[in-house]
Amino acid sequence: MSTTRSDLAELAGREYAYGFVSDIATDLAPKGLNEEVIRLISAKKDEPDWLVDWRLRAYRHWRTLSEPTWQNVAYGPIDYDEIIYYAAPKAKVAPGSLEEVDPELRAMFDKLGISLAEQERLSGVAVDAVVDSVSVATTFQARLAEAGVIFSSFSDAVRNHPDLVRAHLGSVVPYKDNFFAALNSAVFTDGSFCYVPAGVHCPMELSTYFRINSAGTGQFERTLIIAEAGAEVSYLEGCTAPMRDDNQLHAAVVELVAMDDARIKYSTVQNWYPGDADGRGGIYNFVTKRGRCAGARSKISWTQVETGSAITWKYPGVVLQGDDSVGEFYSVALSAAHQQADTGTKMIHIGKNTTSTIVSKAISAGHGQNTYRGLVKMLRSAEGARNHTRCDSLLIGPECGAHTFPYVEVKHSSAQVEHEATTSKVSDDQLFYARQRGIGEEEATSMIVNGFCREVFRKLPMEFAVEAQRLLSVSLEGAVG
Amino acid sequence: MTPRAQAVAARPSQELELPPLGQPSDPAWLSVSRRRAAAWVRANGFPSSKQEDWRYTSIDPVLAVPLVDGTGTTGRRPSLAVLDLLDLLGPRLGAVRLVMVNGHLAPELSQRAALPGGARILRLEDALADNPRQLASLWSWRSGGYPHALRALSDALATDGVLIDLPAGAVVEEPIEVVLLSAPGGAERWSHPRVVVAAGAASRATVIENYLGAPGRPSVTNALTQVMMDDEAQVDHYVMQADSTDGFHFSSLEVRPGRASHFSSRLLAVGARIGRHEVQVALQGEDAEIELSGLFLTGAGQVHDNPVLVDHAAPGCRSRQLYKGVAGGDGRGVFNGHIVVRAGANGTDAQQINKNLLVSDRAEVDTRPRLEIFADDVACAHGAAVGQLDPGAVFYLRSRGISYQQARALLVSGFAREVIDGFADGPIRQYAELLASAQLDRVVLTRQDGAAPAPAGGRASSASAATEGAAR
Repeated sequence: MSTTRSDLAELAGREYAYGFVSDIATDLAPKGLNEEVIRLISAKKDEPDWLVDWRLRAYRHWRTLSEPTWQNVAYGPIDYDEIIYYAAPKAKVAPGSLEEVDPELRAMFDKLGISLAEQERLSGVAVDAVVDSVSVATTFQARLAEAGVIFSSFSDAVRNHPDLVRAHLGSVVPYKDNFFAALNSAVFTDGSFCYVPAGVHCPMELSTYFRINSAGTGQFERTLIIAEAGAEVSYLEGCTAPMRDDNQLHAAVVELVAMDDARIKYSTVQNWYPGDADGRGGIYNFVTKRGRCAGARSKISWTQVETGSAITWKYPGVVLQGDDSVGEFYSVALSAAHQQADTGTKMIHIGKNTTSTIVSKAISAGHGQNTYRGLVKMLRSAEGARNHTRCDSLLIGPECGAHTFPYVEVKHSSAQVEHEATTSKVSDDQLFYARQRGIGEEEATSMIVNGFCREVFRKLPMEFAVEAQRLLSVSLEGAVG
Repeated sequence: MTPRAQAVAARPSQELELPPLGQPSDPAWLSVSRRRAAAWVRANGFPSSKQEDWRYTSIDPVLAVPLVDGTGTTGRRPSLAVLDLLDLLGPRLGAVRLVMVNGHLAPELSQRAALPGGARILRLEDALADNPRQLASLWSWRSGGYPHALRALSDALATDGVLIDLPAGAVVEEPIEVVLLSAPGGAERWSHPRVVVAAGAASRATVIENYLGAPGRPSVTNALTQVMMDDEAQVDHYVMQADSTDGFHFSSLEVRPGRASHFSSRLLAVGARIGRHEVQVALQGEDAEIELSGLFLTGAGQVHDNPVLVDHAAPGCRSRQLYKGVAGGDGRGVFNGHIVVRAGANGTDAQQINKNLLVSDRAEVDTRPRLEIFADDVACAHGAAVGQLDPGAVFYLRSRGISYQQARALLVSGFAREVIDGFADGPIRQYAELLASAQLDRVVLTRQDGAAPAPAGGRASSASAATEGAAR
């Protein structure tokens, strides 16, 4: 046990590898939230009237709400009037190519290991890099445009494709959905927009890297992905954020719409700053993510690897509206040090013969608290619907917690729902077996943990699977034994 | 949540009118405790579906039954004659039978026998007047506040009941049966009976609570059972809930097993319009073993809610839960299981299984099997499933000349068996089988359409499609 304790101490002492602050001159809105700030954001982004109205409606609705309290995470009160709701890198001439991008900004991406140049050249991944709310570089536009795919920043989409945005904005996550969705709807600054026309298979993996950079700014992203009939798209989202002492709120909204036979795969690797060894600082990751399988035989798949953030609180869900549609959720959530996670999914079965699969792997170490909370709802119309849920928790160390709160509501007799969950620690027998064969304790534990998560990692696109495994082993380095 | 919604949720009212709190003969500590509980109800109000633990059960129809009877009488007996009441009682399930009618012990209906090992059965009223210390500690069990108003009401208003006192080493082989009968005609429409089992070290007993209700004016049973166990005691407990479907049944079971003790509780719920049987086990002694099982057969117009909390606070305990539900008509079955493993409860082995069958398209099952774990050296697992009868199995039986309805009944009773098989051999198992099969007829066979499926001529696929069609 003594090794465990010293190893835990080592983990606690682990520095956040991505903690640095880039010095980019930033254009800030005044602190606080009121209708003026919303009009200002809207004006800065040159938005049409309907969008301003929508934001204001969301804001007025948000005013009537109080913050939810049912979650199994604890944090101090958030002062919404202390947040700066808009921060844009100082206006420069729009870069026409990667070479024109602020070298400091590019250096920051290089530090993160996501050099745009390299990505463009080697990996064939289009990156819409979001730094503090405004997209600065979008690559591969041309190749995507050739296929008819629209992939741009949200603001560009509002300018260039207002009808598409207007038709789908809030159609999956209405601004009345919840407290943070309403807040986001009122103040969202930018995000990504993707439209894949009927029958088109997006020629490459799409990816957005989110960064939170300016001190004291919250980030309110909004992502909207629409896959028309028969379209297919895989979207990757990866996050790292620099070290900060005061807590930062991230309240994003992601909406996915899949029409007949369309497929959307949304993958996330989230590694935001988790706070220091005493649980100070770190990102509050309060995100509303939802997909709507609007068409028959459509499929939406969420895969997430959550290793960062002080608090992760989100439930990427799927509304299975079309007959025979499919929803999937694969998740690895790690809470080490003082991290807290309350995450899971919602599968709402409406259409006939809809199926959903949930696989959740939670790892708690140090003082981490990990909660799986999931809802599987079979409505009266969901004839022949099926769900299988599997939640496994792994506990490392005596001070952490793992919790499972599934909700299953079934209103159709032909629906089948199965839920199973286990909680255990890395067993002494497993460790003994590995050590007997000359494998060190730490390596053995890492193998066991990786094996525990393999089912989910396999669902990630190749380049993310590597990153995810690396993240997990770095996060657990020395934590186990 | 909007401020408005919160206001509706809480519904506290200082004006809430309650019947007289207890008896004039109550000892001082009890009066204090009753007033505190009543104040809690007035301050916190009744639970609403906005509260997580009451999400699936609306208490509104229950609140339509007045807590205080307008006539102001405190008639304790229904207007029925003893003979009629005897008719309402089912078969005897043990050597000792204590009958409570509308929350009050009826000695003339009860059958007592001498118990071995110094074991005693006391009327709670008498025990309270004697002021034994153990009851004082039971009443203040909830000093940290109440989980909900019904539990608080029991502390405020419960006057009568049964105290089963098992001294150390007492072994009572014959089951002790407590019948809790709701019969129309009494002045009070709410009853708050209480059963207390105090099991001394290495004592052993079987306690059966048999809830029965006569049809008629809706009444509310708000029962509380407390089981306090010393080291190595063994208590096997049963709840047969066959209250009237006109009435409402709320019962709570609170258990404190001692070190290396063994506790089991088995539930069969068939009755009541809303039936909620709550189980809370606080494992504070090491190496205790508990086994909880339940079968709820929910027919048209019924709700059965089963909140189960097993709190592992001591190391080395083992808990098992098996709950099965069948919902037909527009019935709604709810399983709300919760396992907590506290820091330091190493070596905990906890399992929770919930399986449900929906046999009608208007029925609903909601299940919420929760695990909350703060220790790492544990093995916990839970599983939940909701499904329908296998059309292939129905077809198989029909192809052998068994009617559609019989085939379904056969399969459902097979599903229910697993729980009933855990009941001890003898009258209790026979009675459970009787209750279950009577209720299954109601749940499975009585359907809105009642139609047999289309004649099964031809291919298997069309026949199974017809089967599915008929289930709708």
